[in-house]
Amino acid sequence: MRRRLFFILPMLVLLALMGFFWRGLYLNPTIVSSPLIGKPVPDFSLSRLHNPKATFDQNQLKGQISLVNVWATWCVACRDEQQTLLAFSQQKVVPIYGFDYKDDRQSALQWLAERGNPYAAVAFDPIGNVAINWGVYGAPETFLIDAHGIIRFKYIGPITPKVIRTDFLPRIQALRREGT
Amino acid sequence: MRTWVLIGACLLLMVTHVVWAIDSEPPFSDPILEYRYEHLLQVIRCLQCMDENIANSDAPLAADFRRQIHAMVAEGRSEQQIKQYMVNRYGDFVLYDPPLQTSTWLLWTGPFLLLGIAILVVILVVRRRARMDEEREI
Repeated sequence: MRRRLFFILPMLVLLALMGFFWRGLYLNPTIVSSPLIGKPVPDFSLSRLHNPKATFDQNQLKGQISLVNVWATWCVACRDEQQTLLAFSQQKVVPIYGFDYKDDRQSALQWLAERGNPYAAVAFDPIGNVAINWGVYGAPETFLIDAHGIIRFKYIGPITPKVIRTDFLPRIQALRREGT
Repeated sequence: MRTWVLIGACLLLMVTHVVWAIDSEPPFSDPILEYRYEHLLQVIRCLQCMDENIANSDAPLAADFRRQIHAMVAEGRSEQQIKQYMVNRYGDFVLYDPPLQTSTWLLWTGPFLLLGIAILVVILVVRRRARMDEEREI
């Protein structure tokens, strides 16, 4: 019996390792989970894209559930998610705020004018300093913020109708049930 | 003669490598700050490019990280504070050296555990063989 265990144990260890590696094959290494989930939105103050004199800060994100979508005109994947965001904004489920990341004001304004503007307001971060504070490392990234201004979820990559259905709507409904 | 020129050229390349550094931040006049800054660039990962530190990456994000770290070093923040700043925003993955903590202890001790098990197995097998030999002699 002991002798058999002696041979079975390494086999089990090997199988466990193979299980981990198998799972690893299907993980996306470019997705780094954010430590900011569950934490309040970092304090910041940016100018607004459409009105450079007005500011956009963390207080804007309190009082209701909202999405913050990090995008830029140089970001190819942002082009893909644009239509989905437009359709979702028309459903008026939650306001979507734009976070224009390392961009040029003129091109950004032109982009929104041509393709449609899904955003309730757009914060403009031309050098990307505030983005570092938010733990942003690329575009597109989308944050789900609850009514207390706490980051509850972050999606990395382009938003598709499926992502809205499976990742955002259930979480928004759960937050509504929580009463936040 | 030609080989010597070639070797010389290669040596020169090794030296001039430093000149190609992508960093555009101005150097610190204080060598302690400069050292702290240079060292941080080595240990912080560019999350856009994954397998490069921010000293060697020409990704826009790496340039932003360098600018941010340069500013924090200039403010006089310690290396530990700056690392913590990055980890608070990007998680442990932003550091090249994963810190020792409950979720990573197996990563650090695993190889030694495996080595220990292997040694134990070898000792057991050798002992048993020895015993079997003795029994046979008797």
